[in-house]
Amino acid sequence: MAEKTVQFKIKRQETPAAEPHWEEFDLAWHPGMNVISSLMEIARNPVTKDGKTTTPITYDSNCLEEICGSCAMLINGRARMACSALVDNLEKPIKLEPFSKFPVIRDLAVDRSVLFENLKAVKAWVPIDGTYDLGSGPRMTMEQQEEAYPLSNCISCCCCMEVCPQFNEETGFVGAATIAQVNLFNTHPTGAALKRERLAALMGDGGIQECGYAQNCVEICPKELPLTRSISEVGGDVMKQAVGDLFRR
Amino acid sequence: MASTPKIIVVGGGLAGLSAVIKIAEMGGAVDLFSIVPVKRSHSVCAQGGINAAKNLKGEGDSTWQHFDDTIYGGDFLANQPPVKAMCEAAPGIIDLLDRMGVPFNRTPEGLLDFRRFGGTLYNRTAFAGATTGQQLLYALDEQVRRYEAEGKVKKFEAWEFLSAVIDSSGTCRGICAMDLRSMEVRTFSADAIIIATGGVGAIFGKSTNSVVCTGSAQSALYQQGCYYANGEFIQVHPTSIPGEDKLRLMSESARGEGGRVWVPKKPGDNRDPLSIPASERWYFLEEWYPKYGNLVPRDVATRAIFKVVYEHGLGIDGKPMVYLDLTHIDPAVLDRKLEGILEIYEKFVGDDPRKVPMKIFPGMHYTMGGMWVDFDQATNVPGIFAAGECEYSYHGANRLGANSLVSCIFGGFLAGPNAVRYARCLEGASSNGHFEAEQKRQEAINVGLMSSNGVENPFRLWRELGELMTKDCTVIRHNKNLVETDAKLVELLERFQLINLSDRSQWANTSIVFTRQLYNMLQLSRVIAQGALLRDESRGAHYKPEFPERDDKNFLKTTKASFAPDADAPKFEFEPVDVSLIPPRPRKY
Repeated sequence: MAEKTVQFKIKRQETPAAEPHWEEFDLAWHPGMNVISSLMEIARNPVTKDGKTTTPITYDSNCLEEICGSCAMLINGRARMACSALVDNLEKPIKLEPFSKFPVIRDLAVDRSVLFENLKAVKAWVPIDGTYDLGSGPRMTMEQQEEAYPLSNCISCCCCMEVCPQFNEETGFVGAATIAQVNLFNTHPTGAALKRERLAALMGDGGIQECGYAQNCVEICPKELPLTRSISEVGGDVMKQAVGDLFRR
Repeated sequence: MASTPKIIVVGGGLAGLSAVIKIAEMGGAVDLFSIVPVKRSHSVCAQGGINAAKNLKGEGDSTWQHFDDTIYGGDFLANQPPVKAMCEAAPGIIDLLDRMGVPFNRTPEGLLDFRRFGGTLYNRTAFAGATTGQQLLYALDEQVRRYEAEGKVKKFEAWEFLSAVIDSSGTCRGICAMDLRSMEVRTFSADAIIIATGGVGAIFGKSTNSVVCTGSAQSALYQQGCYYANGEFIQVHPTSIPGEDKLRLMSESARGEGGRVWVPKKPGDNRDPLSIPASERWYFLEEWYPKYGNLVPRDVATRAIFKVVYEHGLGIDGKPMVYLDLTHIDPAVLDRKLEGILEIYEKFVGDDPRKVPMKIFPGMHYTMGGMWVDFDQATNVPGIFAAGECEYSYHGANRLGANSLVSCIFGGFLAGPNAVRYARCLEGASSNGHFEAEQKRQEAINVGLMSSNGVENPFRLWRELGELMTKDCTVIRHNKNLVETDAKLVELLERFQLINLSDRSQWANTSIVFTRQLYNMLQLSRVIAQGALLRDESRGAHYKPEFPERDDKNFLKTTKASFAPDADAPKFEFEPVDVSLIPPRPRKY
């Protein structure tokens, strides 16, 4: 074949209960193609390598700029965003699989709502009095802003949870993303009002103590959040509060 | 009506979430519908900042100046009272976002920092790095999650809005929506609904918009009787990064922080850009617009780049690209103020913009037009409100950079309380039959698509639509081409009848969902093309070489399209613009 092609191996699963199977695709190479543009190409011409007609791949996507957090999947076994996975930089055949630790909806789309539930549980918000005019917010130094901003960049992609050995049904661990948000809101001057409640939510089973310091989270995070630093800072606060609670009884 | 007003909000971007927060605060109950988890909405893509004349730089800025810049930037097409109200509310909105914890960049004294954006001479743009939209959306998302935890908001994520439920008196009583997993079609009742579904980028195939920005909801409502206004006004952003799957935005803040646009003076000069001496570079924006330089409004910058590339033949390597250069700026400053967008360029192109000038080209970016609303964000159909990019009211013929975020939040803050007030005065419906009828109508559409056995692949048809609309309905418009475009749109609508879904399963079927959106995109495309054809003048983003001047005598008017079901086509009327506050003057940057 004269035309340069790119090979894909994609794990398919029709429904949450169905058995997964693999399909292979041969796509014409274009400069600058990424995994999403390849999945779009398959939708335009859903035919496998063997010439069998199939269905377009179901996957989550939205912004395609690595800022909405939708298109996370396993690409050649690595948890990452599909939009920023440039085909030229990937080993072929390119293997696409859904995340392994979240319920599969269909094909590459999984249910990651657990993270949003966790954010609810730790009250990841600033408790403002109301939206009416109450003047400006608290003054903050440039340094404080520079500490908070990286934590506020979390795109809820759940890559950190997928690669965490402790994130599983047995431990019920909340995962690094939620702990980083606790750190963000606890260090905000107004957000700190709920610090005790947030730390209490991270005590006990599934809490911060489940972290095994594997550090996979900080290595995989596509937005390079200081996750392990957050875990150690919040972990220290949880410990202090737990000890304090003992003596307050 | 019930003691607790029940409002449905469709869309969970900045406008939708702003409305939700106000409704919950007033004691209303909200059902929030979104295709994606709301935290993944397109608002996250906004980069550069949000405008508010807080005048913290000693420049003598004022909300009136912001208002004047916005009206002038929009070439006098926007009704002026709502724009004035928005500009007056903007400083308070920034304060509120600051209180919600948005990590805005700070000055050494700990106050909010502001930078310059296009179409103004003032430092009026508050920013959080170069991911301001993401930070703002998160702040609102967190407040909504708080109300969700309190049981005041119920989210329906992974649901697609299909249509409004409208009773025999023409009043909206709820919506019909589809569960994107089970494919179940259901109706939901409400006292009022607020549409906050964003822009229509997908109509142009590749744009800077997110995948969900199809305009499908707006189009469905237009086909149900809502007016669609100023559809022909489409913003093409001067600096985007062309890609295989989309055009990625390179924020105006790159120029706000000192970025310069240039091309080599010699055609086909393929030297390393850094080795080209200043005397052999053409900084054409700075030469043509000495007052505003690289920060002329987007429509002006886009046309200038087109001119340099297509008339002067000076695109880099003969291709449609020009340089956007940041290499003369201290990398530490770039990292502090622009990191997010530099990362995008690095990740998707592979070059470091701190060291190498970026290659950029204009790309479809924003929908100035949208659902017609009155000054209370109400559409012409009782019970249907709209806010954010999906409605038309704040930007006239061209939106200024960093005004979108403020218009979304302001619009949502108006729509929410106005919907609650409307609901409190609403009389009950005479019957409930219209719910079942609407559900049956939508289910029949699905059955029709699933059983259609034609030859057309919806995704390929979409590509044709995108190429057609980008070619003839963006930067330069010729009447002859617009006539042909509309004829081709009719042809595409005919071919749509021969659709063949390659997926007919009843679970998480993305093909049928997309195909439904495609039909709505096709219908709305005709509003854009015909609206452009009718407007024989040049104003803001709408440029016709045959009619190069603004014509206030004939076209200082809002275009209003309504759907004529019998003709299956749009019909048009024109409404005078409220210019009661600032008399129109020529727009010369």
